Amino acid sequence: MWDYTDKVKDHFMNPRNVGDIADADAVGEVGSLACGDALKLFIKLDENKERIVDAKFQTFGCGSAIASSSALTEMIKGKTLDEALQITNQEIADFLGGLPEEKMHCSVMGQEALEVAIAKYRGGPVPTHDHGHEHEQEGEIVCKCFGLTDGFLKKVIGQNRLHTAEQVTHFTKAGGACGGCIPKIKELIAEVLGEQQKLEPKRPERLTNLRKMQLIQEVLENEVRPQLWADGGDLELIDIAGSNVQIAFRKACAGCASSSYTARFVEQKLRELVAEDISVEEVQG
Amino acid sequence: MKEIYLDNNATTRVDDAVFEEMRPYFCELYGNPSSMHYFGGQVQQKVDEARQRVATLIGAHPEEIIFTACGTESDNAAIRSALEVFPNKRHVITTRVEHPAVLTMCRGLSKHGYRVTELNVDGEGRLDLDELRNAIDENTAIVSIMYANNETGVIFPIEEVGRIVKEKGALFHTDAVQAVGKIPLNMAESTIDMLSISGHKLHAPKGIGVLYVRKGIPFRPFMVGGHQEKSRRAGTENTAAIIALGKACELAGKHLDEENTRVKAMRDRLERELLRLIPAARINGGKAERLPNTLSIAFEFVEGELILLYLSELGICASSGSACTSGSLEPSHVLRAMGVPFTCAHGSIRFTLSRYTTEEEVDTVIRELPRIIRRGREMSPFGRELLQQQ
Ligand SMILES: Cc1ncc(COP(=O)(O)O)c(C=O)c1O
Repeated sequence: MWDYTDKVKDHFMNPRNVGDIADADAVGEVGSLACGDALKLFIKLDENKERIVDAKFQTFGCGSAIASSSALTEMIKGKTLDEALQITNQEIADFLGGLPEEKMHCSVMGQEALEVAIAKYRGGPVPTHDHGHEHEQEGEIVCKCFGLTDGFLKKVIGQNRLHTAEQVTHFTKAGGACGGCIPKIKELIAEVLGEQQKLEPKRPERLTNLRKMQLIQEVLENEVRPQLWADGGDLELIDIAGSNVQIAFRKACAGCASSSYTARFVEQKLRELVAEDISVEEVQG
Repeated sequence: MKEIYLDNNATTRVDDAVFEEMRPYFCELYGNPSSMHYFGGQVQQKVDEARQRVATLIGAHPEEIIFTACGTESDNAAIRSALEVFPNKRHVITTRVEHPAVLTMCRGLSKHGYRVTELNVDGEGRLDLDELRNAIDENTAIVSIMYANNETGVIFPIEEVGRIVKEKGALFHTDAVQAVGKIPLNMAESTIDMLSISGHKLHAPKGIGVLYVRKGIPFRPFMVGGHQEKSRRAGTENTAAIIALGKACELAGKHLDEENTRVKAMRDRLERELLRLIPAARINGGKAERLPNTLSIAFEFVEGELILLYLSELGICASSGSACTSGSLEPSHVLRAMGVPFTCAHGSIRFTLSRYTTEEEVDTVIRELPRIIRRGREMSPFGRELLQQQ
């Protein structure tokens, strides 16, 4: 049994705004019968075509899919199209008091339908997270089962700070059927994490010992561990003595034949981002 | 709200008489059956009685009964044993519709140098015995094929399977977790070598199982340690649960006729009425021979979990043939193996009855479910099209 919040229950037991709008300004459809959930969203604008005055939905899907659709329609009413586009799937989930992680794809579907509806209304290119329908957007299909592109997956990975392939599956379904694209998803995660790293400052000039320790911890947390997670591994920081950093490998990294390479990789990262004189030592902890 | 429990293939209510039977073995008669003193010895006698009762239900000898911790353990133990008995045979045959207790185990073996054949089923969930005949050879160590499917209730022609397996000298295991207590079994006239039972499917508690191993069939223990169960399953016996299972088996024998008359009649009525009242519905495995208590019914254009949530709101407990967790938004592996059309694969609901089920409970489902399906379809873009057509 899923642990649904009262708000989620309320929204699937008493969904708001089910139906259609005959003279809708924008209609967005995502999903399909075959993939087990689908959402059709209708939007009506005011006279000046600025603000959303009404929204209705039809959803084929589980309780969270119904609740997420219901929440979305409530959230966008009164907003301009640009304001509505700012809504993230996380905000849809928050509106409902949270969704189980395995159900996050339901909130993503709401956000997608909204993007499709607005793009169609504006006459621009229609984004493709159109699982099972034609793919009209640029980008390379990564997950063939659900028709998801690299562009879309990278966006979801970035926005939700996902760091494992399993999480990406929970949020988007990508990789959930045949699993053939999981290696590619891991690459995308590494890519997105890499891009986020570039934005962060490079190695500072001179360091106090305390600052050095803090930096080592930050680099391990933000740069190193996410990359290990992507391969099912992990490490733990055991001790820092001056420039000697002791780490222990966990999960898939523990006992991995190439753990000494991984240790060198960690050392390289720390030298690059913290200080030249750092040495990394693998210990049993 | 009193629950209407129609999920008896998931687990069952412990029978009051079963509970009474096990009750003294916690705080009063808590002795260890292996002990030398009278206090343990009297428990040993009750364990022996339980073993006899289990054996009687399936037409076996008491020495052929090994108590385990659950159906899953029995399945694992049977397959592992066969592989140890035949270290040079590197082929295993099972089906695509097994319970994960067998399927996960077999798929794991394929990563360790074993060839694993998963037999297909047709649209009604039935086996093609010719596929088995073609797959089996002298290199096959074990064939593990379930007696009856937990999701659809479809019963496999186990004795015919067994004859084919015996011709090739392989061992034959069947997961009879869903069959025992629902249909009559008789090991005295059977080709089965090993058979798994789980207590909690027949009104005994959770966490007790049985592996039947035919006399003369070599067996290598899964759990080693002490000499319990004649060293075939080490570990101090779960005495209370074993005694409970014995009682449950005795009662199951008494209720077997009822299961196939009164319970079956209620299942048939539920099936008939739902098909009559709800358009675009179909029975999964409807043309196959099925367990008397199981109804798996698929509704087009509406999602299963939503139906369950609406049923649950009325106290009606059923289960669905698909789970909307991201990875397996997919219909269940059983429905997929049967090739259930995608228009209804996501909308399958399983009702499983027991001797505790009443006509009034069935009436409630017949009254409420058509409304719920209609409501779900009204919300669904595809369902609306269906409703408009009508
Ligand atoms: C067919 C089948 N086999 C095995 C099992 C596992 O039994 P247990 O829950 O006792 O491990 C079940 C029930 O969950 C089942 O339905």
